[in-house]
Amino acid sequence: MLLINCPFCKNRNETEFVYGGPVGVKRPDPSLVSDEEWVDFLTMVPNPMGPVYERWWHARGCNKWFIICRDTVTHEILESPSDEP
Amino acid sequence: MSHNRLKSGGRIDRSKSLSFSFNGKIYQGFEGDTLASALLANGLNVIARSFKYHRPRGIIGSGVEDPASLIELLGEEGSGNNLCTTVKLKEGLKAKSINCWPSVDFDIGASVQYFEKLIPAGFYYKTFMWPTWHLFEPFIRIAAGLASAPKTPPKTGHFESRNAHTDFLIIGAGPAGLLATLMAARSGAKVFLVDQNTEAGGSLLSLNLNINQKPAMVWVESVVKEITNMPNVTHLQDSTAWAYREHNLVIVNEREVENVSIIERSWRIRAKKTIIATGAIERSLVFPNNDRPGVMLASAVQTFVNRYSVKPGNNLVIFTNNDSVYSYIKDLTRAGINILAIVDSRKNIADSVLVDAKNIRVISNSIIKNVNGYKKVNSVVVQSLDDKEVETISCDLLAHSGGWNPMVHLHSQSRGTVKFDDRIASFVPEYSAQNSINIGACNGTFALNEIFDETELLLSGASENSKPLVYKGKLECSKQSYSIEALWSPDLSKEKNKAFLDIQNDVTHDDIQLALREGYSNVEHVKRYTTGGMGFDQGKTGNINIIGVIAKEQGIGLDDVGTTTFRSPFTPVSFGSINGVREGSVALPFRHTPVTKWNLDKGAFMYEAGARWRRPGYFPMPGEGFQEAVNRECHAVRTGVGVYDGSPLGKFELKGENVGEFLDLIYTNIMSSLEPGNGRYGLMLTDDGLIFDDGVAFRIDKHRWFISTSSGHSDAVNQHMLKILAFDYPEWDVKITNITSQWNNATICGPQARKLLKKLGTDMDCENDSFPFMSFREGMIANIPARVIRVSFTGELSFEVNVSPRNMLRLWEKIIEEGEEFGILPVGSEASHVLRVEKGFLSLGHEVDGTVDPYDLGMGWLMSKKKVDYIGKRSVDLRRSSGKVRRELVGLLPNDPNEAIPEGAPITPSGKKVATEGFTTACVWSVVNNRWVGLALLENGRARYGEEACVRIKDRIISAKITKPVHHDPDGKLLRS
Amino acid sequence: MQHYSLLSLARNALTGHKNWQKAWRSPPLKEKYEVIIIGAGGHGLATAYYLAKEFGITDVAVLERGWLGGGNVARNTVTVRSNYLRDQSVPFYVKSVSLYEGLTKNLNFNMMHSKRTMVDVVHNYPKMRDLRRRQLTMDIYNSTYEQISVDRVRELIPALTGGGPGSRLPIIGGMVHKDAGVNRHDAVAWGYARAADALGVEMHQKTAVTSLLRAKNGDISGVETVKGTVKAKKVVVAVSGHTTTITETAGLRLPLRTMNLTAFVSEPIKPIVDVIVNCSDLGFYFSQSDKGELVIGGAPDSAQSFRRDIKQHVFEDTVGAMLELFPSFKKLKLLRQWGGHLDITPDASPIMDETSVPGLYVTAGWWGGYKAIPAGGLTMAHQVATNSPHPLMETFSHNRFKNLDYILETGTTTAR
Repeated sequence: MLLINCPFCKNRNETEFVYGGPVGVKRPDPSLVSDEEWVDFLTMVPNPMGPVYERWWHARGCNKWFIICRDTVTHEILESPSDEP
Repeated sequence: MSHNRLKSGGRIDRSKSLSFSFNGKIYQGFEGDTLASALLANGLNVIARSFKYHRPRGIIGSGVEDPASLIELLGEEGSGNNLCTTVKLKEGLKAKSINCWPSVDFDIGASVQYFEKLIPAGFYYKTFMWPTWHLFEPFIRIAAGLASAPKTPPKTGHFESRNAHTDFLIIGAGPAGLLATLMAARSGAKVFLVDQNTEAGGSLLSLNLNINQKPAMVWVESVVKEITNMPNVTHLQDSTAWAYREHNLVIVNEREVENVSIIERSWRIRAKKTIIATGAIERSLVFPNNDRPGVMLASAVQTFVNRYSVKPGNNLVIFTNNDSVYSYIKDLTRAGINILAIVDSRKNIADSVLVDAKNIRVISNSIIKNVNGYKKVNSVVVQSLDDKEVETISCDLLAHSGGWNPMVHLHSQSRGTVKFDDRIASFVPEYSAQNSINIGACNGTFALNEIFDETELLLSGASENSKPLVYKGKLECSKQSYSIEALWSPDLSKEKNKAFLDIQNDVTHDDIQLALREGYSNVEHVKRYTTGGMGFDQGKTGNINIIGVIAKEQGIGLDDVGTTTFRSPFTPVSFGSINGVREGSVALPFRHTPVTKWNLDKGAFMYEAGARWRRPGYFPMPGEGFQEAVNRECHAVRTGVGVYDGSPLGKFELKGENVGEFLDLIYTNIMSSLEPGNGRYGLMLTDDGLIFDDGVAFRIDKHRWFISTSSGHSDAVNQHMLKILAFDYPEWDVKITNITSQWNNATICGPQARKLLKKLGTDMDCENDSFPFMSFREGMIANIPARVIRVSFTGELSFEVNVSPRNMLRLWEKIIEEGEEFGILPVGSEASHVLRVEKGFLSLGHEVDGTVDPYDLGMGWLMSKKKVDYIGKRSVDLRRSSGKVRRELVGLLPNDPNEAIPEGAPITPSGKKVATEGFTTACVWSVVNNRWVGLALLENGRARYGEEACVRIKDRIISAKITKPVHHDPDGKLLRS
Repeated sequence: MQHYSLLSLARNALTGHKNWQKAWRSPPLKEKYEVIIIGAGGHGLATAYYLAKEFGITDVAVLERGWLGGGNVARNTVTVRSNYLRDQSVPFYVKSVSLYEGLTKNLNFNMMHSKRTMVDVVHNYPKMRDLRRRQLTMDIYNSTYEQISVDRVRELIPALTGGGPGSRLPIIGGMVHKDAGVNRHDAVAWGYARAADALGVEMHQKTAVTSLLRAKNGDISGVETVKGTVKAKKVVVAVSGHTTTITETAGLRLPLRTMNLTAFVSEPIKPIVDVIVNCSDLGFYFSQSDKGELVIGGAPDSAQSFRRDIKQHVFEDTVGAMLELFPSFKKLKLLRQWGGHLDITPDASPIMDETSVPGLYVTAGWWGGYKAIPAGGLTMAHQVATNSPHPLMETFSHNRFKNLDYILETGTTTAR
């Protein structure tokens, strides 16, 4: 059970969050890309043995979506968004 | 008093005598005994039989490390297997031996020893193949299982779980842990101290050492007293830290809770820093017949004498390769045990060590060659390593020590690494992977003075805040030394007797050699092939010997062999404790509406629907079955009026400048062009073009909308919407509020719906011209503020009356009351299913199976051609561009109108046993058509209207006509009336 | 290959078992092979065996970074079954199940294959409907699935005392899949390895592949290992969760994500459950090993992971689900638990293909590939040997994603 640093709520247990997948490429304009590029965007995601940027949703909390950087081998969270005023 | 009990001493309470039974006989013990110490006190030698060979087993260790003394507790205490060295003695305890029949003393299973040679490690891979494994399996299964599982859950008591955050979690209340606790607690930090024993003290409970010129236990008691009074310290005994997870989460099982109605309590402790002070466990030596009852770990003998006031024998021989046994001599002698000899495998033993053995015969440079006595040791054979001369010594107890293993389990679970330390011939922690420190014996530091020094040093740099950790007192204790010469195994090349490395699973030195001989060379292979280390004790005393033997045989260092993976739990934990108190609706709350109780009172048959909503399936009258009830409800809706509770539908309110664009993005059709007061049915796709949800969107005013989703997917839609706004369009002004629970609705549907609405009393103009289909009005219904929406999922004239939950039941009851004259009936989900199938309306659970897109379902009209982009558009086009044949939604009419097609039944070409070309998504009895009607997904369905489809139910074929996917009011006149 | 039998066991007993041969050799690594298989797991070893046995290709090296059979096949809930939904999937698994049943004999190694019957415990009607759809599709491919009553469920699983009418999730019925079985996972790996070795295939442990190598024209030319360069025109990647890590060294990206799936065992107890119990609604499944331990699995973790560890909340949910139906297990004890990483594709169906890099083959995305080992090995060997896909394997081509032609398999055991 990870301890995830929500920007508003600080450290909360993983059970309060919903995982939203790794951060891949930005959604391209569908009218501009080829079929191959479009399928790539849909199906290819980063799958590193190491740090990956990923999305989490504080579903049972403040409802905020945010991005952290977590190492997929050690599970250490390397980057969390800070709570800006 | 039993003959092995000493007259005085020990940590037992002689004023509290307890009686217990073992294998049907009654014995006495004392408060403070374990079952093992009580059995030993009563002179019992044979407690169990080994797993494979059914050799007699006695007590070997004194705690969790014991590999052999598995018993089964009977009655309420029953809980599978238990080591009697860890069972606290209680009044009326009943235990029995396992893996033996008819008794542990006379066990028919021992006859397997005649076939010993046929059953080395891994023999079952080489045989039991012909004619089939099935012939042998039942016997193997019966022979293999140890204790029986309890047949019923505990009659009284429950399990509990708690969460805790702490600055320091200190695991182990031995000398290191206690000193660390003092330092941490006195700094004001929050501290948890957990220890698996009944009382604090760790090794000090059995070693007779002095601290500051007084018995060590005096110091222990003073520490415990001090921390008991500190509000920032939680001190748990009988509590095992059994798992070390990610992010410094440690799971502790508290086994003796002050509240007797709690069987066990599980703690989930998140620590800023863990201090691991788990000590070390003595390991065995490998020599022939080292499994005989009466062969015990030396520290266990010491512990039984000092802690439990029991002497396990009278005439003792000690076998060692290290210094630690010499410090026991004084206590054992004082207990009246005659130490006949210390057999030390080392050639040279330090004088400072020998000084403790002044009047004892020390036989250096020698080993134990054999142990005699099938059910109890009666003599040992000593052999000199020099000239191989042997000598037999009569004795009734053999204590041995192969060295000490730092308990690195939790450290390894946390992903810390270990390395082999030649100085103590053991694996010690190398690097910690998380915020954690190892201190004391588990860190390879064995001498008490060194333990204190090390703890002070390491804790002083361990503060988790600005408060420093210091120890201002003094802890004087004598300097101890420790040295060892590893002896993984003697020369057993010509040895016929068995030398055991895993005493529970009967893994011998020969087995290890066999595994290596056959090429199972990795330590993990050896473990799996021989099953060494896979028993209840998980090899606590024997695994390192296996590693040592492998290293010796392969001529490499133990670091190169490595250890097998340390996995949780450290010691077995009950499933009840792991689960805690979550059961039934606590674990799985179900959602219900204010009408649920009314449904139950009416005798509704309730279902668990999507997202854990409890919904009424149908409302049978007395004597009615499923079909009659459903028919009745359908009839009411189609001819009179019905009402159903649509409260579980997901509902969201969206506000902002960009809501219109946003809805245009997430729906397939255009929503932004809606005028206030009007709405549209829409489809939501995922970006890979699959149907995600369907629902309706209505515009309240320029910047306010509300949408409704299916009840099962409302959480997923919420997630989907918020995610898009957070990452793809953060600049858009769209605020979303989940109002699913804030609005309930009662949907009145049927030709008489408008009449009923008027009868309820309203200030709204309900006529079709003023209040058309797909619009909403706000006002009063039956004197209740309401928002009424004209949507229809049944195909009939329908008004969805939305009210606040506190008015819902009142509204419902009023509707039922006023609707009586129209023959109103409450409508369940089964009837809804029939009605929507008749209309060919989409149901996510039926028609959407991950392969069809809206065009396949005949919903191409919802796919906006005007919009350049919406979620799913590109993918739908992409999928269709491959030219593959598509499965399309069609209607099915079985040729025999009274024949039902099971939902899910496949359709194959001519009904042949070949790949399917579609399947039946729904089939219901249609009251208005007086026949069975269905829907299906079928390849090229729309080109095959009028043709025949063959539904295949194993070898039975049902022929049906392919029609348009609608069986009632195809032009949709009724819902627009 | 030394023959294993009761007779040979007895004969060897007379000589103190000193004459057993190595199950596989450890030859020196050559500079070149016809085929390199990366990964000595179930699929890798099976592929090697069938290449040699069925197609006579023996110049094969299996390169394993750790110890043979040490990946997911070393720790497994070993459920062998074929109750899938799609026409594309069912025949594949039916073939695999039948291959498993003959494996002991063919490899002369006791798999301890036990046909156990899997019982799906069902709590809601939509699930029953889904299972019936499976049943009737499976029937076309000769896999059996029958609906049974609540009473029959309890007859088959006497220890199932929960789930009564007053409970939170009452049982409404069940399905039985008689074809299902369990066996001994180590035996599968060791059996394939031994038999492959006897045919000339080489096993190389502690030989990690650091990179794939491509020739100037882009074809695969071999691999770089910690023990040097090894050339081959055909390379098969069979490394489960590490697939993308390896293929990306050749510049090839695949639609795979690596996730963590855990399982646990109870202490050994006398026989108490004779079938495989599957309860996907509550979220757990288990069977009892021959040694008496209950082998239990649950849902996978969310979030990508290579940590092979336990997530406490997921674990507690699985235990809670089990206790809901088996409350008498409350005082039974957990003995050991572990995690392994699997890879999953966007449609939860595997990828078995020659990739867009000529000579580079991949078998991945299994998301629970134990039951598929024999058929997976056989069909991949066919592909490699004949340069054409085996009919059973064709649909698992990675090209299906070009047009988003998903083969959506979800909701089988809780592993999906």
